[in-house]
Amino acid sequence: MDASQVIFFLSAALILVSAVLVVTVRNLVHAALWLIATLFGVAILYVLLEAGFLAVVQIVVYIGAIAILFIFAVMLTRRDLLSQTSQTNANWPVALGVSALALVGIAFIVRGFIFSLDRIPAPAPDNTLELLGQALISPNLFVLPFEVASVLLLAALIGAVYVAMNKK
Amino acid sequence: MIPLSWYLYLSAALFAIGLYGVLARKNAIAILLGIELMLNAANINLVAFWRYGNPSLMAGQVFAIIVFAVAAAEVAVGLSLVISIYRSRKTVVADELDLMKW
Repeated sequence: MDASQVIFFLSAALILVSAVLVVTVRNLVHAALWLIATLFGVAILYVLLEAGFLAVVQIVVYIGAIAILFIFAVMLTRRDLLSQTSQTNANWPVALGVSALALVGIAFIVRGFIFSLDRIPAPAPDNTLELLGQALISPNLFVLPFEVASVLLLAALIGAVYVAMNKK
Repeated sequence: MIPLSWYLYLSAALFAIGLYGVLARKNAIAILLGIELMLNAANINLVAFWRYGNPSLMAGQVFAIIVFAVAAAEVAVGLSLVISIYRSRKTVVADELDLMKW
């Protein structure tokens, strides 16, 4: 077992334990903080996969913006969150069964996968960031999805402001 | 070296945990937290396939970036809906939001 495998197991344990806590813990502020731990573990995986830019984006956008937005929303809707009632609805055994079924189904698909699962990956090129930037603005690669994503973000910005506005 | 299947099993487990959170939690904000977990599981898959496929083609990373943008938009709109509903109905429990249930 080499160093990268040890790092993989440690970050996998971090991801799975904190993800379970995200969906089970009673206090939602704590759930949002455990979500930050999960996202940090995923960022470690991106570093292991030599996608350094995505790791930085994960920390800046997900942890820095999305998780903080969750904490703000929890605090703005605080009133009935700390009550003593159950945090799960009446259907939680069904939900547990469905998600266990999804896990088994996906694992079954992965096992029967045609893609060679144990191959050593080709060495990543040194200039992945440069290639990524060129791919995002190149007309015969991904400039259209890139522009659509920016329009989507603008629409979400205006829509979120409009929906949350106090209309009085 | 880490085999590709480890990443796939890990992301399957993360997806299943997020799915449980979406289906079982009562609070609308907690449901959105579960959706975030599922999106991250998909992203792990995309980046792992990029790395173990042909790393000089950037489609996997571009896809992951689009998922980031969609997740940010989804959270912004979702949380503003939750805050708006909380303001008018004083609840964020998804079971009680049954105005359209006939």
